[in-house]
Amino acid sequence: MSEPVLVAENLTQEYVLKGGLFGQDRIVRALTGASFALEPGKTLAVVGESGCGKSTLARVITMIEEPVAGSFVLDGTPAGPDTLAALRTTVQIVFQDPFGSLNPRQRCGQILEEPLIINAPEMPAAERTRRAREMLTLVGLRPEHYDRYPHMFSGGQRQRIAVGRALMLEPKVLVLDEPVSALDLSIQSQILNLLVDLQERLGLAYLFISHDLSVVKHIADDVIVMYLGRPVEIAPKADLFDHQRHPYTKALLSATPMADPTLRKQRIKLVGELPSPVNIPDGCPFAPRCWKAEARCRTERPELDQGTHRAACHFPE
Amino acid sequence: MSLLEVRNLSVDFATTSGSFRAVDGFDLTLNPGDITAIVGESGSGKSVAFLAMMGLLPWTATITSDAMTFDGHDLRAISPRERRKIVGKDMSMIFQEPMTSLNPCYTVGFQIKEALRIHLGMDRKARHARAVELFEQVGIPAAETRLSAFPHQMSGGMNQRVMIAMAIACKPKMLIADEPTTALDVTIQAQILELLKSLQEETGMALVLITHDMGVVAETAQQVSVQYAGQKCEQQEVTALFSRPHHPYTAALLAALPERATTKHLPTIPGVVPGQFDRPKGCLFSPRCSIATDLCGTTPPPVGGPEIGFARCHFPINVTAEQSA
Repeated sequence: MSEPVLVAENLTQEYVLKGGLFGQDRIVRALTGASFALEPGKTLAVVGESGCGKSTLARVITMIEEPVAGSFVLDGTPAGPDTLAALRTTVQIVFQDPFGSLNPRQRCGQILEEPLIINAPEMPAAERTRRAREMLTLVGLRPEHYDRYPHMFSGGQRQRIAVGRALMLEPKVLVLDEPVSALDLSIQSQILNLLVDLQERLGLAYLFISHDLSVVKHIADDVIVMYLGRPVEIAPKADLFDHQRHPYTKALLSATPMADPTLRKQRIKLVGELPSPVNIPDGCPFAPRCWKAEARCRTERPELDQGTHRAACHFPE
Repeated sequence: MSLLEVRNLSVDFATTSGSFRAVDGFDLTLNPGDITAIVGESGSGKSVAFLAMMGLLPWTATITSDAMTFDGHDLRAISPRERRKIVGKDMSMIFQEPMTSLNPCYTVGFQIKEALRIHLGMDRKARHARAVELFEQVGIPAAETRLSAFPHQMSGGMNQRVMIAMAIACKPKMLIADEPTTALDVTIQAQILELLKSLQEETGMALVLITHDMGVVAETAQQVSVQYAGQKCEQQEVTALFSRPHHPYTAALLAALPERATTKHLPTIPGVVPGQFDRPKGCLFSPRCSIATDLCGTTPPPVGGPEIGFARCHFPINVTAEQSA
């Protein structure tokens, strides 16, 4: 086992909702107690429904926001306001929508060079250009695309540019926030292959955020299932898809449509919707929708148990 | 007689850079009670074909067809006034984004009652009772109070239920669901699909499901038609389509599904969907096809018979000897 490149300890993020002139401020608990470790060359997938804190986690890990509690260590250096500049090059992010994340007024080359201009100002311009052109080939575009604008590319090509931009600083950790969910099926497989190739060649660690379980099953090594800002199950991929210990994971998997019409499976129907993260229920956050919930679940919050396949449930399977 | 009959429907858009054919020779026959899925990537013309039938396309669109009848009405010659009597009543549509399809200025109750007032001419009391009944039918809790809520006060799943309630308010004969679950989470998606299926069983309406999600298709539809760049390239019964696709595009699409992958690398379809200026002369899929020959690049392929799923291909795959005979 190699040394983890990213170790997160109890990460917590909260946002304050202003109550206005007369109302009271309310606190949105977007992320609570996320702990995990990520090794080089591995992919850790984070799955869950909207509002479960996936994207908040991405923002905290990429140091766009500072967590209100908890800490994480990147490549041996604890992250904080002092080490921010130094660690910027270690972790980079690829966003979901390649139509919104590229500046339409910048040429492809400028987009790729901008991280270098900011983070390595001493680098000569010729060297920057050379690296940008190399990067184009690496992500499967052609060097002559250097002078084109984003609108001249298709969705898949744009996502390649976004991946290229993230790799310009030679990061060790790449946060992928729903990188393929805005793409068509035939393009999606191209980008997934690209990510697999890059990981093999550069030894990158991926934090792969997705709601699509079939993509996660394909690409991940380990999986964290989140519910209302909390990890409810953490396990190696094979174990998780083989046997789910938390009822929420079970429901999530059974709800995912399978592209096989001959399969008639028993679907677990969840009643109700996600509670708002402003008033998270006492006890287990999943208890109001859970079919196994008992009195204890509504009063006492279950913690993640120990082992390789961890679940936060009073009655795990 | 079939409920909907569409033959050779084509839609051209006049753009500043010339005309663009979004739908090319679309055929569809629907009988009451059918569940048909239309699958395709973005830009394959799946939504546009149905918007054309409903008359919801802007004036830049030119619609041509050999036949387009719905429930005895000829949709080509119908007057706008007559069309408005059908659209939203016998033929209704659920749009993709519930958040943007509802009017933020009115309560959801007002919006649902509007259809009842205009199409069915119910009085106030009957409208209210029917609206409550519809909300309960689509599984909105506390229906009575939710009627006076505005769209922004409800979640995406709830808004999508309101859209469905609105679409089925007048007991349509045909319901078109345009990507009804794309904006929703998987657990909510499962609830909505169950709901659509049970409503279809109850009312016996025809259901058209426009989607790009193969999983949704496999679990819901009976018939599947695959669209590529405006053309239908294959139509089959759902189990047959998944086990024996006849068009190379369908086969490639299925192979690209991550859940069917056997290795770390997925099979891909090289290239992109042709746009306005790079439409191939022959088969539209030929530049990306793994078995294309010179013939495919020059001659548009014929549409096959029902035994090979109407595959629009010179060299349909998975064909047995008796089928080709």
